[in-house]
Amino acid sequence: MSACISPSDADLARRLVALTEAGLPLVEDPWGWLAERLGLSPDATLALLARLHADGAIRRIAAVPNHYRLGYRHNGMTVWDVADDAIERLGPAVGTLPCVSHCYRRPRKDGWRYNLFAMVHGRSAAEIDGYRAEIRALLGDACRADDMLVSSRILKKTGLRLGEPRSRMR
Amino acid sequence: MELDNLSRRLIERFQHGMPLCPEPYRAMAEALDCTEADVLDRLARLQAEGALSRVGPVFEHRRAGASTLVALSVPEARLEQVAARISQFPEVNHNYRREHRYNLWFVLTGPDRAHLSRVLDEIEAETGLMPLDLPMHTAYRIDLGFPLETLR
Repeated sequence: MSACISPSDADLARRLVALTEAGLPLVEDPWGWLAERLGLSPDATLALLARLHADGAIRRIAAVPNHYRLGYRHNGMTVWDVADDAIERLGPAVGTLPCVSHCYRRPRKDGWRYNLFAMVHGRSAAEIDGYRAEIRALLGDACRADDMLVSSRILKKTGLRLGEPRSRMR
Repeated sequence: MELDNLSRRLIERFQHGMPLCPEPYRAMAEALDCTEADVLDRLARLQAEGALSRVGPVFEHRRAGASTLVALSVPEARLEQVAARISQFPEVNHNYRREHRYNLWFVLTGPDRAHLSRVLDEIEAETGLMPLDLPMHTAYRIDLGFPLETLR
């Protein structure tokens, strides 16, 4: 399947990001609002969104919760030193655990041995400790070392910004 | 924070996706057996209270250019000042203090890798700290939300 989007879609996508990065307006016809600003018909706007979604440029179009505000105040970045010959098999397995929201392979560096990252969230320290244990059990002997970096403070968190700077401090 | 029943159902049902049809909030109301006004009212309230960060598309960051995860090991006495400076960079879109020798973690996003390299050089020159640069190699899971069935 082609991962390419046409140049005109790419240009529309850039304008779409600028228009919607802070969210859609809460009006009865949000696509009409968007269509007007993109200079497209409402049908063409919906088709564009569907295309970008199918293509992967848009992950989802949704009511995006702020888990921290919903009581999920504990997050742990679990990091794992997984054998190179096992990571492409085990990475996807960790990624499908329900407790994991993000899971990436990243390079090792001098002074940094961990090549697998998995984010877990919970409402207590015990809850995320449990998730870490779950991941450790899954990785088994392929994991040589691990750590969990808990977040004590969010200093800056924003969505993607290509247009106007917009930040929210907590 | 306390959520009423409709708010909880609204988030659970539509955090992964909302209908891509001409009147999405009406379709959501039908699915939840309430009125469109109820949906718009709850969404506005949840957004104002911060329970929802927004309603709309979540873009794949990597498609929009380059990004990398960066860590700094900052002496405790300088942490506040360095963290504040890092947050000022428009390329920084997450900045977390974490309990580790590497105690400041942030994501850099920019139009291309060369741009990110310049920002990394700038950070090193300004802070005297060597950034740990950890670009993504493979994504095994990207944020699609996670189950809230136990949410109260």
